[in-house]
Amino acid sequence: MELILEWLGMTESAALLSLSAPGWGANLLRGLANSLQIALGAFGMGLVIGLFGAYGKLYGGPILRDLLAIYTTVIRAVPELVLILILYYVGTDLINKASGLLGYGRVEISGVVAGIWVLGIVQGAYATEILRGAIQAVPPGQIEAARAYGMPTLMTMRRVTIPAMMAFATPGLANLWLIATKDTALLAVVGFNELTLETKQAASSTRAYFTFFLAAGGLYLMVTLCSGAVFSRIEKWARRGQPSLKEAST
Amino acid sequence: MSSIKSLMQPHRIVLMALFAAFVLWCALSLRWDWIPKYAPLALEGLWTTIWILVVTTVLGFFLAIPLGLAQAIGPWYLSAPARVFCTVIRGTPLLLQIWLLYYGLGSLFPQFPWIRSSELWPYLRQAWPYAVLALTLSYAGYEGEVMRGAFSGVAKGQLEAAKSFGMPRVTMFRRIWLPQAIRNVLPTLGGETILQLKATPLVATITVVEIYAVSSRVRSDTFIVYEPLLLLALAYMVIAGLIGLAFKRFENQVPGRR
Repeated sequence: MELILEWLGMTESAALLSLSAPGWGANLLRGLANSLQIALGAFGMGLVIGLFGAYGKLYGGPILRDLLAIYTTVIRAVPELVLILILYYVGTDLINKASGLLGYGRVEISGVVAGIWVLGIVQGAYATEILRGAIQAVPPGQIEAARAYGMPTLMTMRRVTIPAMMAFATPGLANLWLIATKDTALLAVVGFNELTLETKQAASSTRAYFTFFLAAGGLYLMVTLCSGAVFSRIEKWARRGQPSLKEAST
Repeated sequence: MSSIKSLMQPHRIVLMALFAAFVLWCALSLRWDWIPKYAPLALEGLWTTIWILVVTTVLGFFLAIPLGLAQAIGPWYLSAPARVFCTVIRGTPLLLQIWLLYYGLGSLFPQFPWIRSSELWPYLRQAWPYAVLALTLSYAGYEGEVMRGAFSGVAKGQLEAAKSFGMPRVTMFRRIWLPQAIRNVLPTLGGETILQLKATPLVATITVVEIYAVSSRVRSDTFIVYEPLLLLALAYMVIAGLIGLAFKRFENQVPGRR
């Protein structure tokens, strides 16, 4: 192993990236864990918002529909970085005011919670559109049949709509998950210690910019490729029992 | 006419009244006295945002055409690198790419004396070439994937007809294949251009002074938090709306799609 590294002329980089004390590998991995935690939380929150948003857009009253249209349009037109700043300040302001009213002092908000809340709202707008399209792609007869048997709304959602729309929603949701992992990098700008900021700190204190940025790029790429494999399995599972696209087209 | 009629429903009138009240409240009770002082800087920033957006989308699109073509019909030694390039660009955050180019290349170049003495050096010491390079590569990576689908989506008969009339390959590409491929993906291109607009504030992190950087500066100079951010969001929404309208006009020019 060491011989190979020396032959490649990468001993120095390997020492910088090593997991033990003089190396910065542990910092990078901690950053990656933070990033993944936020991405998972934001993606989950986005799914919940998206499900309610999609139902609101499809079956809600006119006012709810207009409000949701404004929400999805505004969020998708404004850069994520600007939204992160606005939501971050609004969120901390609101919580501090609430705690002030209740008689507690200033509250310190952890970076993870703030990141999840901010990215979750952004993801929710995209998830709303994806899930709305997926629900519309379900043959309406299936949902009508469930209703005709007197199934309550929630049970229809759980047993009919969600399983039937999974196949249509998975590609869009896979994209959204990739956006979530990459958007966590933006939290570096507000000073949250996720992978990109850890990388920059490591790089600027050792002056080995290429080593660290390429290593971080490799980590992100690994996450992307792994989730690609996972999502293609999920899609296969969600499509079980449906005729495959190739057969249908020929 | 139908759009005005649909706006005149009672609940929409109430919503619009509420929105107007919100705007009025913003105008009256928030602080806007910093605007005259920072207006020239903001206009300069707006101009920087727009030229970066235009230059990177145009350059990126020209890079995307060979990338898409290589993936659609190229032999393996062209298609494999193109696919790897698109995967890497799409699989890593843009912020990381920008920082890699700016800090990485920026720390590498001064080590070579012939670069320092070359005529390009005054430009390489500034931040904007790295910003333009990073955004161009990113747009090319995303667009290369789109153009691959677009090139393989053009009907075979069109190309066969061109070939049977004895059209040379370059003419066929220029007159038949490329225009139809672009027409097919115009809506996607519009969406991607808006995404590119939303990526431009990232270059503020490497000291390019565009409109986002101006708003951060107002925030740190005057400690006014919400007003510059709200105005900034409004500016981006207006630009995004204009891009959307422009692409809708292009789409309407395509015959047989109304």
